[in-house]
Amino acid sequence: MIPAAFEYAAPDSIDEAIALLERNDDAKLLAGGHSLLPLMKLRLAAPSLLVDLRRVSGLDGIEEANGEIRIGGMVTHAAIERSDLLVRRAPLLPAVAATIGDVQVRNRGTIGGSLAHADPAADLPAAVLALDAQLVARGAAGERVVSAADFFVDLLTTALDPGEVLTEVRVPVPGMGSGSAYAKFPNPASHYAIVGVAARVDMQDGRVREARVAVTGATATAYLSAAAAARLQGSSGDAAAIAEAAGLAAEGREMLEDLSASAAYRAHLVAVQARRALAEAVAAAG
Amino acid sequence: MTTQERPPKLIGEPIKRREDPRLITGQGSYVDDLQPLGTLHLVIVRSPYAHARVTGIDVSAARNAPGVVAVLTPEDVQQSTEPVPVAAQLEGMHMPLRHALTGGEVKFVGEPVVAIVAEDRYLAADAAELVEVEYEELPAVIDPEQALEGGPLVHDELGTNLCVVSPIGDAEAAARAIEGAEVVIKQRLMNQRLIPNPIEPRAVLAHYEPGPGTLTVWSSTQIPHLLKTLLSACARVPEQLVRVVAPDVGGGFGCKLNVYPEEILAALASRRLERPVKFVETRQENYVATIHGRDLIGHLELGAKRDGTLVGYRIKVIADIGAYQHLLTAAIPTLTALMLQGVYKIPALAGEIVEVFTNKTPTDAYRGAGRPEATYYLERGMDLLAAELGMDPVELRRKNFIGAGEFPFDTQTGLVYDSGDYDAALDKALAIVGYDDFRSEQARLREAGRYLGVGFSTYVEICGVGPSSALPAGGWEAGTVRVERTGKVTVLTGVSPHGQGEETSFAQIAAERLGVGIEDVTVIHGDTAQVSAGIGTFGSRSLAVGGTALVMSLDKIEAKAKRFAAHAMEVQADDLEFEAGQVFVKDAPEKTISLPEIATLAYNAVDLPPDTEPGLEATSYYEPGNFTFPFGTHVAVVEVDTDSGAIDLQRFISVDDCGNIINPLIVEGQIHGGLAQGIAQALYEEAVYDANGQLLSGSLMDYAVPRADQLPSFELATTVTPTGVNPLGAKGVGEAGTIGSTPAIVNAVVDALAPLGVQHIEMMLRPERVLDAIQAAKGGAR
Ligand SMILES: Cc1cc2nc3c(=O)[nH]c(=O)nc-3n(C[C@H](O)[C@H](O)[C@H](O)COP(=O)(O)OP(=O)(O)OC[C@H]3O[C@@H](n4cnc5c(N)ncnc54)[C@H](O)[C@@H]3O)c2cc1C
Repeated sequence: MIPAAFEYAAPDSIDEAIALLERNDDAKLLAGGHSLLPLMKLRLAAPSLLVDLRRVSGLDGIEEANGEIRIGGMVTHAAIERSDLLVRRAPLLPAVAATIGDVQVRNRGTIGGSLAHADPAADLPAAVLALDAQLVARGAAGERVVSAADFFVDLLTTALDPGEVLTEVRVPVPGMGSGSAYAKFPNPASHYAIVGVAARVDMQDGRVREARVAVTGATATAYLSAAAAARLQGSSGDAAAIAEAAGLAAEGREMLEDLSASAAYRAHLVAVQARRALAEAVAAAG
Repeated sequence: MTTQERPPKLIGEPIKRREDPRLITGQGSYVDDLQPLGTLHLVIVRSPYAHARVTGIDVSAARNAPGVVAVLTPEDVQQSTEPVPVAAQLEGMHMPLRHALTGGEVKFVGEPVVAIVAEDRYLAADAAELVEVEYEELPAVIDPEQALEGGPLVHDELGTNLCVVSPIGDAEAAARAIEGAEVVIKQRLMNQRLIPNPIEPRAVLAHYEPGPGTLTVWSSTQIPHLLKTLLSACARVPEQLVRVVAPDVGGGFGCKLNVYPEEILAALASRRLERPVKFVETRQENYVATIHGRDLIGHLELGAKRDGTLVGYRIKVIADIGAYQHLLTAAIPTLTALMLQGVYKIPALAGEIVEVFTNKTPTDAYRGAGRPEATYYLERGMDLLAAELGMDPVELRRKNFIGAGEFPFDTQTGLVYDSGDYDAALDKALAIVGYDDFRSEQARLREAGRYLGVGFSTYVEICGVGPSSALPAGGWEAGTVRVERTGKVTVLTGVSPHGQGEETSFAQIAAERLGVGIEDVTVIHGDTAQVSAGIGTFGSRSLAVGGTALVMSLDKIEAKAKRFAAHAMEVQADDLEFEAGQVFVKDAPEKTISLPEIATLAYNAVDLPPDTEPGLEATSYYEPGNFTFPFGTHVAVVEVDTDSGAIDLQRFISVDDCGNIINPLIVEGQIHGGLAQGIAQALYEEAVYDANGQLLSGSLMDYAVPRADQLPSFELATTVTPTGVNPLGAKGVGEAGTIGSTPAIVNAVVDALAPLGVQHIEMMLRPERVLDAIQAAKGGAR
């Protein structure tokens, strides 16, 4: 609860921020601080320098261009929740953001911070996986784009290099006949997901053209269940197909085990929540 | 006097709490807000092990760290202070004492080992990281039943983990009754360990001033006067030189009804360094180093006739008290024993309370303190019995109620219930919930595969604590009323509210009696230099006991004011009536004299009535003749999701009878908070240790203190059955919500799942546990 001493910088530009990261080995970016500061207070993290992104311009927009929506890395959960554009064009993101923590957390926490932190129980990773988002990373060497499916590497580990800033999340706008839903089973204490399943279903002529089933909270990193998606594809999205697909969503995955849920119970919850998310997504696509 | 002049009625009115504007606009003053010039900060190095021998302590690096002023070690502290005080001492009890710092063998995670005092809190925390303590880990015992059966010893020198056994009731009669009963229920019932979680963790600021030799201690405490006496002994400062102040206190729930090592350490450090020394607990420390609550296993046997008439009740209770006794630790489970009989006529009853040491944080009073456990056991027992008999749980309860005409009622546990009307509260609750309609709706939804349940808890509790014979340091309370020269009124009380609202309710009483505006009354509490004597706030006692001391002082003020008035008006005091701040002649009510006028006479003292001292101030000590026994009916309506095991608490109805009500808003507030905690015991809160004695639920991220959105909108009602124990007729309401609610939830969940064959689920009702119970009842795996 009492952090170790650290230096603080609040640069105006992204290049300055990157330069500061380059120059200081154990520097850390600071966004909303709602994951980093708790760790520092417990002295589980003790960066020598915090590089605060809040003054860096150009990281807080939500805009549509060329069939995709671009969300700046510093956009807060609350801004996502309240964005008319997102509510209309990619409603899964606001739906997921609305389930995060509480009002204070949503006012401070950012999409960049959440994805970069990669907490196994965080909600937004499931959303970006289900939406097949592209994540833009910028470092000293320039900019690169990583697909959400390749971004989450391991527990609290992403494809970002220590010197990179996650500047933007690009979400392809789902087409007509697409439906999505998020089914979260929250931890009653932290309100993070014990299990959360984000589902997106694209329907065409009464058949599932494509399905994406993203699971968070259950394993070391959020993941897409290819098996569940495959089972659903081509089906009419009927209850039986959904139940079978949901039953596959935990398959082959090593479930986390902690105070809130055993591994077996988590696997069970993945199926239950996947069934609920898929049913809702199919209904929304209808 | 005319009716227009009469000031508004205040007693019984829903006056908004006067303390709230200050507290919710950040103008309160908590210990951590106080920053006397030169304040030093104290940080503790704690044991990371549940049980270990300390083989070496090296503080040299910490001593030399920037900003460090002093480092206190166990050896030093053991020589300079007395042990952490234990007030509740039961017959035959083992009482291993500890000092504020432990050197030889640490016995729970979080036990203080070294204290650092530095110029600021950050430097102190940095230096704490430089302290090197060598430990040799020893086997820990975590499970109390294992501790009794020859597990590792917490205290080697005792040769046993058994602390004390306390019997109650007539064991032979209970055994006979149960053997002869037509139906017997046997059930093990866990009342799990809880963490009190006040929003303000503990905090203390000690300031020794070498000139006058005084020690002033600001502490976030519920018991400033007791703390003054005990701290004086522990820190070896004569009591008359010690002043304790409880400033605004952000909740206590019983966990600040204690004397803690850090209070002793801050006092010692301040005396040594002759500077103010502050300790503020982190939330993480609060989880391991502040007392816990509950943790009682009950082995219940309940015997009845086929028609539901109770014939006998026997229970063995194993109380896991953790590694040491704190101030009242050992006494808390005995409150469970006292309240075993609940609201029923039970011809034969016996209990045995077995208190056991384990390598966990010590337990002590936590809101409800003993009564939630007693209520849980009996109210779960009644539902188990109803299920066994195929009887409606409401009908079974009603059949065995102590009748409204049977008070005062002598219990098998030696108490005398003052007053009650258990049917009235039950009737009201049934009407609110719409019981008959619910049952048909429940049946209809079951057809559709939905599982709704309703659960009842008809409780009685004990408060207004209490006769002094029941407490190790006295159960009286003191209160002073001073009419100032201007006629304004100062009330000083020995209770120490920390969220209960007595700054409002006591002012209502005083203002109405003296006929002044509520804004003309100030209630002062929590400062031993201003309030001459007191016990404190706990055991739902503040109004019933402290309020009565206030009433006694108001009576004295009234009598003395009459003497002044009689003298001035040249009439007999007996001919005068005191009403609403005016003294008037009974037969000539137009002749009046007002309170400010009387105050002027009393303080100018030019023309004193015979045998009358100047001044208009009175102090009273009230010693209650009995406890008070509030009661009520709580009802929960739940729906269980049989796919996930999640519980949706849809309704919660609470009908409470706390006797006469001074301020219904405050009563509602107390019930709301109590319900939140009692419901949370069933649904959300459980302190879980691993086998090595590490607290797994060691933070707010793992231990669920419920948020508003995790609870339904409560449906409250009251019945009013005054007590004859005190002149206010008030019983107390601080804990009732916690006491009644928990079993209602569990009963509702079991009721919902009864068609699936579920008979019982242990708290807390984690979804996983609920699902397991469903699967087990179905006889299969998930
Ligand atoms: C009480 C509480 C409840 C919560 N409940 C939930 C919940 O239910 N669901 C949920 O998903 N989350 C929850 N959170 C987490 C919250 O959403 C965090 O805010 C979020 O995970 C991190 O975002 P941040 O902006 O606060 O990041 P910070 O804490 O500032 O940073 C987190 C990490 O990411 C790095 N970082 C930040 N921004 C960038 C960037 N643009 N590029 C590269 N690296 C970056 C930082 O260096 C740091 O390592 C909760 C948090 C709290 C305190």
